[in-house]
Amino acid sequence: MTANFWLAPFVPALSAFVLFLFGGKLGRKWIALQACLAVLVAFLLSAAALPGLLESGPVSKELFPWISADSFSAVAGFLFDRLSAVMVLVVTGVGFLIHVFSVGYMGKDRSPARYFGLLNLFTAFMLILVLASDLVLMFVGWEGVGLCSYLLIGFWFERPAAAAAGKKAFLVNRIGDAAFLVGMLLILTTAGGSGFGVIHAAVARGAFSPAVATAAALLLFAGATGKSAQVPLYVWLPDAMEGPTPVSALIHAATMVTAGVYMVCRMSPLFAASATASAVVAATGAATALFAATMALAENDIKRVLAYSTVSQIGYMFIGCGVGAYAAGMFHLVTHAFFKSLLFLAAGSIIHSLSGVQDVRKMGGLRKHLPRTFPVFLIGAAALSGVPFLSGFFSKDAILSRAYAEGNLFVWAAGLATAVLTALYMFRVVILVFYGRERFPQDAKEHIHESPPIMTVPLQVLAFFAAFVGLLGLPAVFAEKANVFSRFLGPAFPHPAEQAMGVSTEWALLLLSTAAALAGIAGAYILYVRAPGVPAFMAGRFPRAIRALRRKYYVDEFYRAALITPIVRGSEVISRDFDLRVIDGAVNGSAAAVSTAGKWINVLQTGLIRDYALAFLLGAVVILAVLLM
Amino acid sequence: MEHVLFFVLSATCVASVLGMILSRDQTRGALFLVLAFAALGGIFGLLDAPFVAAVQVLIYAGAIMVLFLFVLMTTDPAEGREQEKGRWLGIPAVLLSLVLLAELLLALRSVAGGASGLAAGSTDRLGGLLLGKYLYAFEIASILIVAALTGAMALAGRKGGR
Amino acid sequence: MIPASWFLVLAAVLFALGLAAFFLKQDLISMVLSVEIMLNAANLAFLAFARSARTLDGQVVVLFIVTVAAAEAAAGAAIVILFFRTKKSVRRDAANIMKG
Repeated sequence: MTANFWLAPFVPALSAFVLFLFGGKLGRKWIALQACLAVLVAFLLSAAALPGLLESGPVSKELFPWISADSFSAVAGFLFDRLSAVMVLVVTGVGFLIHVFSVGYMGKDRSPARYFGLLNLFTAFMLILVLASDLVLMFVGWEGVGLCSYLLIGFWFERPAAAAAGKKAFLVNRIGDAAFLVGMLLILTTAGGSGFGVIHAAVARGAFSPAVATAAALLLFAGATGKSAQVPLYVWLPDAMEGPTPVSALIHAATMVTAGVYMVCRMSPLFAASATASAVVAATGAATALFAATMALAENDIKRVLAYSTVSQIGYMFIGCGVGAYAAGMFHLVTHAFFKSLLFLAAGSIIHSLSGVQDVRKMGGLRKHLPRTFPVFLIGAAALSGVPFLSGFFSKDAILSRAYAEGNLFVWAAGLATAVLTALYMFRVVILVFYGRERFPQDAKEHIHESPPIMTVPLQVLAFFAAFVGLLGLPAVFAEKANVFSRFLGPAFPHPAEQAMGVSTEWALLLLSTAAALAGIAGAYILYVRAPGVPAFMAGRFPRAIRALRRKYYVDEFYRAALITPIVRGSEVISRDFDLRVIDGAVNGSAAAVSTAGKWINVLQTGLIRDYALAFLLGAVVILAVLLM
Repeated sequence: MEHVLFFVLSATCVASVLGMILSRDQTRGALFLVLAFAALGGIFGLLDAPFVAAVQVLIYAGAIMVLFLFVLMTTDPAEGREQEKGRWLGIPAVLLSLVLLAELLLALRSVAGGASGLAAGSTDRLGGLLLGKYLYAFEIASILIVAALTGAMALAGRKGGR
Repeated sequence: MIPASWFLVLAAVLFALGLAAFFLKQDLISMVLSVEIMLNAANLAFLAFARSARTLDGQVVVLFIVTVAAAEAAAGAAIVILFFRTKKSVRRDAANIMKG
């Protein structure tokens, strides 16, 4: 069964193909069924391959020889090892639940075939990305998911905001991809091949000088900042919330945005070989985490809060990678996939039940009306905030304690501060949405209803995992050998000398994390329940600060002024002066020249026999003269 | 003796052709041409080609020119006597013709001079060649004549023209 | 024996005269006649060469040329008559609708 794992990307790809070509003729129910089944089959294929992996190690499957240039050749193939197994199971498992949710959420949409086709296509590309056995094929998947992200963000393309958001996502990603490409080329020429095994071996034998390793790693990481929405290329993710909510859950919470983390983990030997690059990764992750968390505090659109939260949490994952705790970073990726997609889908459920209201200021008191959505949202929020014993607690702690142990105190402090803010903004949302006075408009109130089971059951499944998957990664202080996850994934990564930590230090750190979470929750309670006037008061006292927060620190405006406007102006100049005048001039000019020449020659066509005969005679005379020479 | 004949005949021929060129009246020109062809027939005779000479006089001078005289009568080119209008493009044409003549004469310099004659009574040998070596061409020529005949009838035979 | 070159000179002169006639005359019939002159000049040349090469083949060729010229004259005459019917004139300038 393990040998069949490589079929996994092709099943959703085939389904997507069918949906694109024939979707117009298939019924809504069939489309939904086919799409969900495709992902389920992919999941089952991967799950069935797991025992073989544990027994006999990684499996690879060569598909076909792909590039064969002078001294460089690449073979397209898939690799099923521990790292890719984790990713595949997350992608297909969570993906399946999201597909099912979509059936209910997008039930009345006009283009179900396009939607599910794109979801399937995305799944296929994501699987190609994580299963690729070489860097080039991974890049194919990388680009493919970027494309699907663009198409799905702009799914409702008639809305200008959605179309613009899709464009922004793709273009910002492209910038990152350009860096990725350069880094990839650097690696390929240094390592002499594109397969991951080849690259890791090259790193191990020292083919990468420190400078080259740093440069390559930083370039790759630049690509990751684009795909995974870190500073400075995160600006597309909040706008991406224009897409349907399940899309946000799948692509912008659980899978695509984590592709950058996966890539860094996959290239961990390279990153481990460059201390500079790893430091940059950790620092960027920490900065992003804190930065995004502050912006989430000021957002009122429930989806945007979650978007900034995603940016922030991925920062955590990069902290993990940066300090060498790759397994911990991956663990947070897994737990985040569960609770973040849960939160997004639950937000979708809320929006759906309120007939489209997304502003938390217009919600409130929904506890009574949404008896099934409320508890799962609460679980998700708690998991995200790091409430003890839920999944987020263990994964966050794993990262932070390793950061502390490696001596990265600034990073650790930033992470801790972010944890406080995370709890704060998340529970702010919980309180504003589910408690308090009902503030939603009248027409929403009339149609308010809990979501149907097809939407709430996936939520409940996700909630279960969000709550308990943390138990797979219990830290050592609880029980020796209890950390199943890290024992599973650990062998996949290089092991720099791990600083040992005293048991008491570990307990102290655990308690600090707990304190941070509780402090945040308490803060939210105080600010929004006990003393609701305080936020307004603070807004009055520090209006500029609040405005800066609200306007996302004016980053978008800065980019526009510094980068976009000059490029657009430059293009205009080139277009007007060069393209129109020179190139069109040359083309039109040659046409005019031909036309004029034709008019001159036309004079010879008098239609009279005499003139033609004269021409004959002239020709004959000339030829004779030539012959006589 | 031969030389005298040659000069007389060739003078007649050239003079007649010149006369044809210079005469305004087409009919007069055609008649000049009849004379020219007849003289030419004589010259052919000087070239030891008696049969061809007879054919020349019979066909060319006799049939073809008569045909053209008929055409002239039919089309009544009275209007043709008008002045040439427009440009006098003849000058470059004449010049070019002179150039061509010069070239031809140049080309002829390398031709050897006199040669012995052919046996008289070569007509039967001519016939033998026609129906022997050139039989194929002979047959095709006859088909050609039929085709031309049919074509001419088809073209010009309509009532009132279509 | 008259040298063959004399005949050839005569042929060349006749050819050039026929060519000049072609350009100088304004009506179609005269133009066809000038073509006949040129053909005859060619015939003369053929016969001269046939005699100097002591072969009869040149005379056979001349016979064929005469045949073909006759056929062509017939067809040409038909065309001229048709032309006259449409244009009511045999001036060669009248054939000008191919002006492009």
